[in-house]
Amino acid sequence: MTWMEFLDSVLATRWSETSRYWMTEFYTTVRNDRRRAQRGACYDFFMRVGLFVTCLVDLMRPSIGFAALKLLEDAGCEVVVPATQTCCGQPGWNSGDRKSARELAEKLIAEFDDCPYVVVPSGSCAGMIRTHFPEVFAGDSAMLAKAERLGARTYELTTFLTRVAHRPKVSAAFDGTVTYHDSCSGLRELGVKAQPRQLLAKVAGLRLVEMQECETCCGFGGTFSIKYGDISSEMAERKCAHIAASGAQAVVLGDLGCMLNIEGRLRKRGDATTRVLHVAEVLAGES
Amino acid sequence: MQVQSMHFKPRSATALANETLQSNLQKFNSTGFTALRARAVADFGPELFEKLRGEGAAIRDRALANLDAWIERFEAEATRRGATVLFAETREEACELLLDICRRHGVKKAIKSKSMLSEEAGVNEALEAAGVTPVETDLGEYILQLAGEPPSHIIAPALHKNKDEVADLFAARHLAPRKTDIPMMTREAREVLRAHFLSADLGLSGGNFLIAESGSGVIVTNEGNGRMVTTLPRVHVCLTGIEKVIPTLEDFSTLLRLLTRSATGQPISNYVSLFTGPREAPDRDGPEHMFFILVDAGRTSLVGGDMQEMLRCIRCGACMNHCPVYRAVGGHSYGWVYPGPMGAVLTPSYLGLEKALDLPHAATLCGACSVACPVKIPLPDLLRRLREKQVDLGLRPGKERLGIRAWSWVARRPRLYALATAIGAVFLRVLGGGDGLIGRLPFGSEWTRQRFFPAPRSWRTFRALYAARRR
Repeated sequence: MTWMEFLDSVLATRWSETSRYWMTEFYTTVRNDRRRAQRGACYDFFMRVGLFVTCLVDLMRPSIGFAALKLLEDAGCEVVVPATQTCCGQPGWNSGDRKSARELAEKLIAEFDDCPYVVVPSGSCAGMIRTHFPEVFAGDSAMLAKAERLGARTYELTTFLTRVAHRPKVSAAFDGTVTYHDSCSGLRELGVKAQPRQLLAKVAGLRLVEMQECETCCGFGGTFSIKYGDISSEMAERKCAHIAASGAQAVVLGDLGCMLNIEGRLRKRGDATTRVLHVAEVLAGES
Repeated sequence: MQVQSMHFKPRSATALANETLQSNLQKFNSTGFTALRARAVADFGPELFEKLRGEGAAIRDRALANLDAWIERFEAEATRRGATVLFAETREEACELLLDICRRHGVKKAIKSKSMLSEEAGVNEALEAAGVTPVETDLGEYILQLAGEPPSHIIAPALHKNKDEVADLFAARHLAPRKTDIPMMTREAREVLRAHFLSADLGLSGGNFLIAESGSGVIVTNEGNGRMVTTLPRVHVCLTGIEKVIPTLEDFSTLLRLLTRSATGQPISNYVSLFTGPREAPDRDGPEHMFFILVDAGRTSLVGGDMQEMLRCIRCGACMNHCPVYRAVGGHSYGWVYPGPMGAVLTPSYLGLEKALDLPHAATLCGACSVACPVKIPLPDLLRRLREKQVDLGLRPGKERLGIRAWSWVARRPRLYALATAIGAVFLRVLGGGDGLIGRLPFGSEWTRQRFFPAPRSWRTFRALYAARRR
């Protein structure tokens, strides 16, 4: 370990505000002298990240929220979790209720106003903020500008870790074979494809096998899953058949909706052993 | 064609329970057009194909931006070359114009190549009622005409039928020994159809494109029947939508590259027929009279609105091939001419929102359609806009509206929300019991009919646990 790396690790631990302030000042000064090319990164050394845990993680799988928190802190970020956060408004937006979506979007924009980065452990909610918030405010230039500013600094978790965070660290281990399900919004709205695989490759002992049709929708689709339960279940069944055929011990994915849908169908078809894991849990070593 | 689009739910339930259909769909899903398209795109170069999609969308947008002008140009050029261009505002008017042509030319038998607009307008029924025998000559459409069924896919209309069903049908209707070898069955159909080709008075085709600068109509086919339909009979009628017009032959070459690759994964179809006016002095074949019937039937109502992007559609079927819902329930569930995502937009747009309340909702908005669409129609966005229109017009069930409003009302009040979710977590965990799987979800029986609902993993929400940790 070089002394620079040592300094990195010291700074990455959570110190009191005052000592951290002085360490940052010192670090910045040194880096300005020694590594001019990285000057930009220096000022942003403690990336201040707002974590939007999403309503489904909050209620259904709190461990995923803590896994995301750990990954961000391990990557040297200062994480804030606004206590008043609830829902991004996607149920309203996808059901054609612009007013409901708008109200919740306004609330979320205000809550994360002072966060230079917003990270979401869900492609679908991150896609809502990045892609659809501007559409929600079409015609309202003041809110539109705010929505676009928020969208530009909002990232799906694995994208943030691979493309934005300065020092992503994956020190987890996983003994077994997994397959990855590409959730629709993450894949097609945000281009999340290589990012989770790149991170999973760093997990010690983990072997990734691709299943057939890993990009095909699992059938969740939000309210679709309770409006058209039988079609939704049939789609989930096809997904489960592909998972079974891959021979993996676990299916890893990045969205809670798909997770509940796939796990619910897997257990119903009598598969009690194949695990359904969020990518954050695997990367944080909490699986 | 009879409109059944309001019955999506029962029809899709029937489709899911139909084992023959499911096995036919499974074969289509694993070896069908999706895989062929993927290979064609890989051969062409994925990046180049992306660029081509952008060009295709731009060409269609350019045509739609000045649709009236391009239609007038087409009319002038086609008329100059001896064709007659007729306009129909409604589907009924289209049938009347066609019947009028039949009467004036003494038509007893009409042979048809594939035309989705003729399905829209119910041309076969209208012709039969007027004493004209319509004969479908596209193999798939021919099978369906014998079976008395509507198409379930715009490119492969008889996709829902398998070889055995067709073998039974042919044996019963051709009064010939039952054959199960596909080339032999095709030969039998060809022999029956050949007599019709030679004895028909009128050929009715659709039109994939109308080229404004040359006044030509285009059909893109694989079976060769289209070429006979457009050249053998005395009279040729091309029946198509007014939105099919494109400015130039150069534009056509771009769109053709996209169309065949997106539809069937072919670099080019077996036949590409351009028809420009009727037979003239030195020509030795071709029809004596040529008509274009350009039908509006709801299309202009989309121009200039937030659904205009749908008019870019070049009818390749890629959206339905890639749609996981279509792949599960098949085309008949959608209840009208156009199935899959394109149908979920077109049916309510052309027939009225109230005629197809389920269609815009029967999609997971997964986006597979819009990624495959050769002219980049943002189908999930259009479906979402239709959902919004339904809400604005008060067409959604009160229970659903109340649910969404209540969710949003609670979610705007963080303390109430925290309390509600805290109770919810405990409630769901109790329901889940020892194995954490809920077998019957209150207000969510649709979910739990064929799935469990996994219960929360913790008695407390993230928010509560996080607050406790910070303390």
